[in-house]
Amino acid sequence: MKATIALAVDQLSFAYGAKKALDRLSFQIYAGECTILLGPNGAGKTTLFSLITRLYDSHDGHIALCGFDLQQQTCKALATVGIVFQQTTLDMDMSVMDNLYYHAALHGIGRKQAGQRIEQELQRLNMWERRQEKVRQLNGGHKRRVEIARALLHQPSLLLLDEPTVGLDVPSRQAIVDYVHQLARETGLAVLWASHLIDEIYPGDHLLVLHKGQIKANGTVNEVLTLTGTASIREASQQLTQGEAT
Amino acid sequence: MRVTHYWRALWGIVGRELWRFVTQRERFVSALVRPLVWLFVFAAGFRAALGLAISPPYETYILYEVYITPGLCGMIQLFNGMQSSLSMVYDREMGSMRILLVSPLPRWFLLLSKLLAGVGVSVLQVYVFLAIAWADDIQAPWQGYLWAMPALLLSGLMLGALGLLLSSFIKQLENFAGVMNFVIFPMFFLSTALYPLWKLKESSILLHQIAQYNPFSQAVELIRFALYGQLNLHALIYTSAAFAVFMAAAIFGYNPSKGMMSRKGGA
Repeated sequence: MKATIALAVDQLSFAYGAKKALDRLSFQIYAGECTILLGPNGAGKTTLFSLITRLYDSHDGHIALCGFDLQQQTCKALATVGIVFQQTTLDMDMSVMDNLYYHAALHGIGRKQAGQRIEQELQRLNMWERRQEKVRQLNGGHKRRVEIARALLHQPSLLLLDEPTVGLDVPSRQAIVDYVHQLARETGLAVLWASHLIDEIYPGDHLLVLHKGQIKANGTVNEVLTLTGTASIREASQQLTQGEAT
Repeated sequence: MRVTHYWRALWGIVGRELWRFVTQRERFVSALVRPLVWLFVFAAGFRAALGLAISPPYETYILYEVYITPGLCGMIQLFNGMQSSLSMVYDREMGSMRILLVSPLPRWFLLLSKLLAGVGVSVLQVYVFLAIAWADDIQAPWQGYLWAMPALLLSGLMLGALGLLLSSFIKQLENFAGVMNFVIFPMFFLSTALYPLWKLKESSILLHQIAQYNPFSQAVELIRFALYGQLNLHALIYTSAAFAVFMAAAIFGYNPSKGMMSRKGGA
């Protein structure tokens, strides 16, 4: 039996003026599944994320989050999503704790409950000791951990990660990749991870290859390898995106 | 969606803005220096040059400093509204605005909360300014300081909503200089903040008419009358209507499917 659908995208299109950014995308993301949205720069990954979080709006196609239509039931739909944007979105002058309390307030979580959840998430990410530090004082990897903790604070069903490891060193990247995969496995969290880095993919992941606004492949790692007749994801990605992946 | 959710979010947004205001002392000081320079330098210099006839709400001849005090209260709120707008453009460029806009609350509520947070800060600034003016013997009746509160809230909302609307149009921080030249200065100088309407009429009918229809003039008059325990109904209606129009336009501007956000490509 297939797991619950956390995200359903149906015939979604979007254009910046005359320039088409996404062209009739349709796919689904399931609970407990880690889906890597693979594509070179400019493929449309960030646009897709902006549509899923309703920063942009499209009248061509539908998006449903945990069964809630994003257009009709926006607030209920957005309550099911946690997101880490490509660019850091923390308040640099506030402490780690204050940033997380602010996010909790936006999601209607009371102070006491927020405190418990913040401790839980920061402990899990080994950031509890640094909770009183200003975000500005943290390094890139630690800032990302705080952003992941924030994205998980309201216990979402779907976690969106828009190239969260860009600019991080290898150990920091690896720690984040491992942690997110573990979360999906153990908690049933659905993950949509936009990346153009092949080495962030685990063998059990689901792949969505996006190129020039269109889905070029949608399946497990093995299915994509079979589809392209290649031996590695790097080759498959290069073939599907005509040599533009890194 | 529960009421407590709205309440917590509102306090989260207001608390964050107040925290920023308290911790950024230079912002607090610079917000006060501007009107104080006008009050103690400009007004002192022009006191002799500008004669003022008795006109409501004043019942006797007044010093020029007394006349411009409500206008400077408006000035604080005008600059604060634009400062909030600037910080929203900055937040949008830095990305932190996204976290607010993807919250599971209606966008109008998020914008209104952000607006209320800015108004709270501006009202605080105005009262500190009025306290300094009071200490220098520029005093209104004590009840006036209480009556001024709702007037300041409404004028702050109107000017803040204008700032919010402008921020939905401005894509880059660099473009903000234009706001100073094309919005703040004309609004301030073409108003009753520094000189009464009849004085303007003596110089130019056109300037008089512009000042009359300038919503900032109406906000200043609302504050001026309130400081003397009187209600200027025309100013109240005009300021309320301007607030409603600016707020509706700002909500439209931030609507991802209808407003500027859709044309610019998001927040």
